[in-house]
Amino acid sequence: MRKLKNIFFVLIFSVIILNSSNSAEKSPPFLETKWTFKGLFGKFDRASLQRGYQVYTEVCASCHSMKYLTYRNLAEKGGPEFSEAEAKAIAASFEVTDGPDSTGEMFVRPAKLSDKFVMPYANKQEAKAANGGAYPPDMSVLVKARKGGADYIYSLLLGYSEPPEGVELDDGVYYNKYMYGNKIKMPAPLSDDLIEYTDGTKATAEQMSKDVTNFLMWSAEPHLEQRHKTGFRVIAYLIILTVLVYFTMKKIWSRVEPKV
Amino acid sequence: MSDHEYTPSSKFGKWFNDRLPLLTLANHLTDYPTPKNLNYWWTFGGILTFCLITQIVTGLVLAMHYIAHADMAFSSVEHIMRDVNYGWLLRYVHANGASMFFLAVYIHIFRSLFYGSYKSPREIIWILGIIIYLLMMAAAFMGYVLPWGQMSFWGATVITNLFSAIPLVGESITTWLWGGYSVDNPTLTRFFTLHYLIPFLILGLVVLHIWALHVPGNNNPVGIDIKKPSKDTVPFHPYIVIKDAFALLMFCIVFALFVFYQPNILGHADNYIEADPLVTPAHIVPEWYLLPFYAILRSVPDKLMGVVAMLSAILILAALPWLDTSKVRSAVFRPLFRQFYWILVADVLILGYVGAMPAEGLYLLIARVATAYYFAHFLIILPVLGWKEKTTPLPLSITEPVLGGSPNLAAARSDEKIEKTTK
Repeated sequence: MRKLKNIFFVLIFSVIILNSSNSAEKSPPFLETKWTFKGLFGKFDRASLQRGYQVYTEVCASCHSMKYLTYRNLAEKGGPEFSEAEAKAIAASFEVTDGPDSTGEMFVRPAKLSDKFVMPYANKQEAKAANGGAYPPDMSVLVKARKGGADYIYSLLLGYSEPPEGVELDDGVYYNKYMYGNKIKMPAPLSDDLIEYTDGTKATAEQMSKDVTNFLMWSAEPHLEQRHKTGFRVIAYLIILTVLVYFTMKKIWSRVEPKV
Repeated sequence: MSDHEYTPSSKFGKWFNDRLPLLTLANHLTDYPTPKNLNYWWTFGGILTFCLITQIVTGLVLAMHYIAHADMAFSSVEHIMRDVNYGWLLRYVHANGASMFFLAVYIHIFRSLFYGSYKSPREIIWILGIIIYLLMMAAAFMGYVLPWGQMSFWGATVITNLFSAIPLVGESITTWLWGGYSVDNPTLTRFFTLHYLIPFLILGLVVLHIWALHVPGNNNPVGIDIKKPSKDTVPFHPYIVIKDAFALLMFCIVFALFVFYQPNILGHADNYIEADPLVTPAHIVPEWYLLPFYAILRSVPDKLMGVVAMLSAILILAALPWLDTSKVRSAVFRPLFRQFYWILVADVLILGYVGAMPAEGLYLLIARVATAYYFAHFLIILPVLGWKEKTTPLPLSITEPVLGGSPNLAAARSDEKIEKTTK
């Protein structure tokens, strides 16, 4: 009887924890799509990450920075895994200000693998001024900074529509059913065939949203694959050890009454 | 401490032990007579020690890479997550470790409440435990501020602002705590220093907690005093050690599931947004383990009284050994208390739930009722129960629980006998 009660309370407790993590504001259920990075052995879809980078750099990067990423990350294991030559070429297509040199002058040079992603604006103020007062958030950890994570970002990118009757929108404000308060200052960023994928994949809005969300998930959690891999090993090890310790315990306690 | 003299067998051991009796201590810890009927709720003491050590070790390494500065804290955490070897693992273990620590401490506390472990002669163990719990809350709160995300910043603002409710000197105290006129860099650096210090204070108190425990010895599920050592006890090693190890491993599996597969589920998404003093989050909520107290705080309309209520909710526990007037320790022999115990558990869970919800409408009403009940449990129900309740007869010893005539235990014993004969 008491055991039942205990189980009952553990259940209540877990329901409360799960509930409180997705409390308060109500938005429609997120659009569903299959993410390869979920689950016990979840891994990123390499090709999708590479396409996602293309979407980021050709579309998002004109307003959104990714200040915690470095060009070398693009070639690292568990990420888009561009070859080192490709990553170098990507870096070299950007310019960074370096210096001072031996004469005390600052100079502009092509970016190297060790450079951080070049930011679209010099500072927050400039970013705000260029975007009607709204600051386009840095996208390095964006997926983790939004309730709903990848599902939310994916849904938001595809959640634009005409406002329902009775909703007044100011100039430069758009309606999005997944946005908090339904009003967003970013116009719908993706539309069919906006870009041309280098690998020939058809660039539908859904495809681009999925690819760029994959890319953002990786940028927020660059060690996700290693985490899943290590996690499985750790837990398998713990389970085996637990079973062994359990039988050891039984054996030791067999000398006393009552047994455990 | 030990009731019998211990003499090391080797000559060097004897020489050393005469000067520093570490071997006597080790012998005491090994032989320490423990009630043999301890159930798995008793394994959480060991689990908590493990949690504390884990937090200290991971925290030590994290502190090597973390920068306590308002402009750099957030990016230094990202640096740990991205570029430090296994930095992601250290940080996720540390962050989820805090939650696991509280999960374990709540089970540990509620175990005490059920089996009356706080009663004479264990009041000092209990009070030391409450102090440890208070320090844990302080450490956890300050630790949550360190990543300098939105919830860090606004959580710190809300909690430190509570001190301004103190009459006359409140404002000055708040300014003093902040090291300025708002939560800013000086606040962050002092929180970091204190966050580093408190675990070692806790460690010291844990030593006292265990020391105080080893004077009367463990309470047990039956809650009666037992002769030590006797037929009712087993030596700590290997019996309790192996059992604690088994429970700890089970706990670690749950821990690992969080760390490796849901590392952010117990945190708030807003804390991955860098602190911005100009943007207030829609809802400011503390970590889950502080929610019941947050609910109590918000259920009182007056700010000062809210703070008083919240503090009293914790401090009232320190008076528990004297508020509970019943001489019988274990709830097993207290049929009425047992009912009220489970109502209290439900009450605290409800408080935790409404603590996460906006303080308005029905939620606020529920919070108020639950807060009132929480205090009523300790101030009215427990003292009255002690006088009124008819407890069931206590057994004379652990090995002979049948003497008391409890039908359940008798049934359990006969099961065992059947098992034996079939073998």
